[in-house]
Amino acid sequence: MILAKIVGTVVATRKDERLVSSKLLVARPIDPAGKPEANYLVAVDTVDAGVGETVLIVSGSSARMAAGLKDCPVDAAIIGVVDQIDVKG
Amino acid sequence: MQIARVIGDVVATVKDAALTGHKLLVLQPVTPDRQATGRTLVALDAIGAGVGEHVFFVRGKEASFPFLPAETPADACVVGIVDHWDVD
Repeated sequence: MILAKIVGTVVATRKDERLVSSKLLVARPIDPAGKPEANYLVAVDTVDAGVGETVLIVSGSSARMAAGLKDCPVDAAIIGVVDQIDVKG
Repeated sequence: MQIARVIGDVVATVKDAALTGHKLLVLQPVTPDRQATGRTLVALDAIGAGVGEHVFFVRGKEASFPFLPAETPADACVVGIVDHWDVD
């Protein structure tokens, strides 16, 4: 999983029918210190996240194992809203 | 699988129901001479690893296999703690 910050939303009227009523958010991967890294991505939200929140994103075929995404054409799903990141090592 | 050092953990109250009770670890992949390489990532813990330990982890859909038959949305999972490793 990767850490990311939600930076926006996506609206798409024409889309795969299995994506109807899915919430799509634009996320920017970050490191544990909060520094942006890598490119933006679009992820399906399964936990009611919002802009500005730090979230956990699962990628690849595992994204389809998130609640409600079975057999959906997705490769990134938001599966957690991060409260706290502790880096000690 | 890749070797990494556990450098921290993540707390998330709101999360997928299948993740309840699982520990989320922050991993830093390392080279054979223990130098950090590549981006950090968050992985589930299947074996009770902790901060500071060297571990190996699996990526992709296989990361959810340790928790079968539960369908856990995981793309990275710690599956072993390294006692020692040698590279010639």
